[in-house]
Amino acid sequence: MAEKRVLMKGNEVIAEAALRAGCRNYFGYPITPQTEVMHYMAKKMVQIGGNFVQAESEVAAINMVYGAAAAGFRVMTSSSSPGISLKQEGISYIAGAELPAVVVNIVRAGPGLGGILPAQSDYFQATKGGGHGDYRNIVIAPASVQELYEMTVEAFNLADKYRMLAMIMGDGTLGQMMEPVAFRDVEPIVNVEKPWAASGRNGRAEHNVVTSIYINPDDLEAKNNELKAKYDYIEENEVRFEEINCEDADIVLVAYSTCSRICKNVMKQAAQKGLKVGMLRPITLWPFPHKKINEIAAKSNVKAFLSVELSNGQMVEDVKLAVNGQKPVHFFGRNGGNLPSQKEILDRIIEINENPMGGAL
Amino acid sequence: MIDFSIILAGFGGQGILSAGKMAAEAALYEGKEVSWFPSYGPEMRGGTANCSVVISDEPIGSPVVNDADVLICLNQPSVEKFESYLKPGGILIIDSSLFTVEPTRTDIKFIPMGASQIATDLGNMAFATISMLGCMSEATGCFSKESFESALYQILPERRHKFIPGNMEAFSKGAEFAK
Repeated sequence: MAEKRVLMKGNEVIAEAALRAGCRNYFGYPITPQTEVMHYMAKKMVQIGGNFVQAESEVAAINMVYGAAAAGFRVMTSSSSPGISLKQEGISYIAGAELPAVVVNIVRAGPGLGGILPAQSDYFQATKGGGHGDYRNIVIAPASVQELYEMTVEAFNLADKYRMLAMIMGDGTLGQMMEPVAFRDVEPIVNVEKPWAASGRNGRAEHNVVTSIYINPDDLEAKNNELKAKYDYIEENEVRFEEINCEDADIVLVAYSTCSRICKNVMKQAAQKGLKVGMLRPITLWPFPHKKINEIAAKSNVKAFLSVELSNGQMVEDVKLAVNGQKPVHFFGRNGGNLPSQKEILDRIIEINENPMGGAL
Repeated sequence: MIDFSIILAGFGGQGILSAGKMAAEAALYEGKEVSWFPSYGPEMRGGTANCSVVISDEPIGSPVVNDADVLICLNQPSVEKFESYLKPGGILIIDSSLFTVEPTRTDIKFIPMGASQIATDLGNMAFATISMLGCMSEATGCFSKESFESALYQILPERRHKFIPGNMEAFSKGAEFAK
């Protein structure tokens, strides 16, 4: 018999995934287009005896996350772009204190209050810092409601495994849309021992301290180098991507999440016109699939890259770094809450196919 | 291969978003890939509401519909806004109990139907959109009447199953307009 699939909204599936991953602590503040995550948590947490707090602000919510994570509990908050900006101080502290937590950003168009429609213009913020200091977050970009389920569970596991923040990066399209989802068994829930947690002495002589303050410069440098070694290990071991038809492609699209869905349809149309178009879809935005893109760029069949985004050109900078001058890199994006049409992308591909250097960045 | 897209539009409160969800549920019952995407822009009470539904045999690209096979409208502003979104040969279904309009497009099929009249006759205004789904089902075969009924039994809680025969009667009466 076919697997049972239910029609659910992306935002609700994120919340359900968190509950199935053992998250019993959610703190948040409402903002369109992610508020259904809160709605779902508000209803379900009470039923299962977890903690739900609608905080007085995003800043309060992220600091409640810090507290719950420090005490050793699985914890999540969610918001959308302006709210995620407010959380950046707390996110930096979480990185400094090496706490596992999951933060969901259902991105809307910025800057400022911007608009409430879908965008991918928080790529820089998510992958290049956001808050202060030398730190990284794992950033995962699901492309369907099914993946929102699987990857939210995965985010909790990665956060615990590496004692760091894992961010689920969606957009208004993904959060608001309904699609079928099968709550199939994913990675077994890892119950990581947390001997560092500030959860009482448990018979030890000393209590644990969770902090991000290291006043002595040598201590802080040693801590930062420790973090760097962890990040290097993750870059080697946790890169995730999907590669489609790159073996004999003339043009390789690079697109994630919602844009990758549109690009998959564009690829079919391009094939009908006899164009050889492949796609590299980053699933982890950090660690970014630099190595893979560099390998593809070295193939003799590849003439050019095209980064397609809901922004004015952010991920394309990482694509250029990865391609490292081997092939021309192009950009096409819509922003402000608009999505590119298949035709717009296809037209750009046709132009690049005729003149791979024309308009390259 | 099926790759079918629908836009439903009207005033907030007319059941547009629910009707779209029901269409998606019926197609999901047939094992299809489906997506449902609501307008969630700066909407307001009494303003317009719309949603896009895509039904396909393959994974769905964009859930946002720019080229619709069917446009279902429950008010005149929706016709004005979305008529140009129809593919050539697409179908425009309107609730002619509520308003009348002459489409500007000549390359589409126009089905004005008294959906609210059907609902009034059956004593439940929520049946208006259901009758329009019946019309769409008959005109396009995007999902079957049987799947629609089975999906209702599957997703509605048992205490509401008593409403299903009425829904199906509205569905059948709507289908008459497509014949």
